[in-house]
Amino acid sequence: MHAALIQFIVIPVVKIAVILGVVLLVVAYLTFAERKILAYMQVRLGPNRVGPKGWLQPIADGLKLFVKEDLIPAKAEKAVFLLAPAMIMIPALLAFSVIPFAPATKLFGLLPKAIPPYVTDINIALLFVLGISSIGVYGIILGGWSSNNKFSLMGGLRSAAQMVSYEVPMGFAIIAVLLMARSLSLVQIVKAQQAAHLWFFVPGILALGIYFICGVAETNRNPFDLPEAESELVAGFHTEYSGMKFAFFFLAEYTNMLVVSSLATIMFFGGWLRPFPNVAWLSFLGVVPPVIWFAVKVAGFIFVYMWFRGTFPRYRFDQLMQVGWKWLIPLSLANLVIVGAGVLLVKG
Amino acid sequence: MNPTMIPIPSAWILYLSAVLFVIGAIGVLLRRNGISIFLALELMLNSANLAFASFAFRFAGASATAAHALNGQIFIFFIIAVAAAEAAVGLALFIAMYRRKETIDVDRFNILRW
Amino acid sequence: MAFLSAHFVAIVFYVLAVLAVAGGVGVITFKNPVHSALSLLGTFLMVAGLFVLRHAEFLGAVQLLVYAGGIMVLFLFVIMLVNVRRLSPDAAFLSRRAPLAVLSGVVFGALIAFGVLAGSLGHPGGGATALQMVQGHVMGNTEAVGWTLYRHFLVPFEIVSVVLLVAMIGAIIFGRKDAGLEGRGGRMEP
Repeated sequence: MHAALIQFIVIPVVKIAVILGVVLLVVAYLTFAERKILAYMQVRLGPNRVGPKGWLQPIADGLKLFVKEDLIPAKAEKAVFLLAPAMIMIPALLAFSVIPFAPATKLFGLLPKAIPPYVTDINIALLFVLGISSIGVYGIILGGWSSNNKFSLMGGLRSAAQMVSYEVPMGFAIIAVLLMARSLSLVQIVKAQQAAHLWFFVPGILALGIYFICGVAETNRNPFDLPEAESELVAGFHTEYSGMKFAFFFLAEYTNMLVVSSLATIMFFGGWLRPFPNVAWLSFLGVVPPVIWFAVKVAGFIFVYMWFRGTFPRYRFDQLMQVGWKWLIPLSLANLVIVGAGVLLVKG
Repeated sequence: MNPTMIPIPSAWILYLSAVLFVIGAIGVLLRRNGISIFLALELMLNSANLAFASFAFRFAGASATAAHALNGQIFIFFIIAVAAAEAAVGLALFIAMYRRKETIDVDRFNILRW
Repeated sequence: MAFLSAHFVAIVFYVLAVLAVAGGVGVITFKNPVHSALSLLGTFLMVAGLFVLRHAEFLGAVQLLVYAGGIMVLFLFVIMLVNVRRLSPDAAFLSRRAPLAVLSGVVFGALIAFGVLAGSLGHPGGGATALQMVQGHVMGNTEAVGWTLYRHFLVPFEIVSVVLLVAMIGAIIFGRKDAGLEGRGGRMEP
């Protein structure tokens, strides 16, 4: 009885609390990292006043947004207006329930038996993450619509078209990984890469490219940040939002970046595995805990995101649609055929 | 599934499916806004899916029917695909109608009646 | 705690069912189509949960992905394009024969309920393993659905893909600027 209580209530709740806390903290510091990295790219200093070298800046930002006045426009559709920030934040955080960032561990011998640190491992995890992240678009559409503002509505409509379009090549790119791993479980995908002695980015380099481009588009980041293009749409779908509700949109964007990067790491870069996991003489790399390897790889993808923002100009909307439909979808289909043929040849 | 859990009867899900179907049917008969009718229609399709899922699970339990139990789930798959096609065409139709009449009230689309 | 774990399935079912019905009622009672659509989205999510409860995990995910992520977005997109706020909602809310509609719905529902009652489906039965079986091995629902789909339903699968293609072309043609405007100086291409 007691064992059941611990197994089904205590352990999951602790895991969820820790993961939620870590994710939110990381997300807060991603905003700081972004400002710093952009600053260095533009030969500026970036935030450097709050705390040593500006390290307390995210805390200050959070406090500021928390105590700011929360405006609701008079002609807004109030219920939907309040619902929208939650509808973008919840799916973004839910995705972390299936992301395995480290294998089962005893936590340096602190626990009697090894337990997996991630919340759960379901056998449709990949589909679940895709589905959950496609729910996130509602927050943007509804936020844009309920604000009763032309620019917001434009931003919302743009994002609806953009996210639905880019989900298709993203799905096809993911199917290529699926063919190689033969499982939808994210844990099994990582294990398949260990068993294959190969991270999937080598055979799936095209899939990786397509996936990441679509990931950038799905998170509405530069160069695909048309839903919030500040120079044409004021701030797009979140123009009318202020205070904590604005913070939700803001944090959800970074959380989604984290989800996309984590998935890319798991599917293409071996998740928590160290480089060359089966080469014996490199086993000294094993002293670094798996979760650090995972974090390093995710950080790499996050850096690419920020690099994009620092260097690329924004696409025009018709260009965006053309890239999605006329290039990425045919390319991802071709990639699927090639990878499928390759899998058939290798595995028989 | 944990063996200590008590399963629920298939009838419960079928009743729920019936309730959802009836709500959808009433919605189709009741509403005049074309898009709302469409939404109610989707609800009816979904309730049918629910019944299929329930039957698939039910038949998977009996040894005589277990071999074909999965067909119910395949049927749901096809229903979802056809629903997507139907939504795309239907909504495009409504946009075309709206362009012509500036309304999506279905009672106003009666030019074929006389 | 013992009660909770024993009746876990029933509790989950009740929560999902109540929310699904509430969403369904919302679909037909909200005047604003956006609210209706959101309400329907809620129902879809609950139905996805019920799919998982009936060991159709793959279809639960597909429901999430296709219905919630695709079809409902399309609906919202069109509702916003058509800009329903400008329509006078009160005048065009209910059909004139509303009581008849409700009555026929209730009678129809009673008929279905009677059918379920007569079908002796009252006792809890069912099994998950047959839904996860691939050639005699228990693998998983996704694998089983995929296997059956490509082994036994290949022709229907291809036909559905053609249906989708036709729907896509149809939607594009309907969506053209001059579609439906023949009477107003628009032109119809041969």
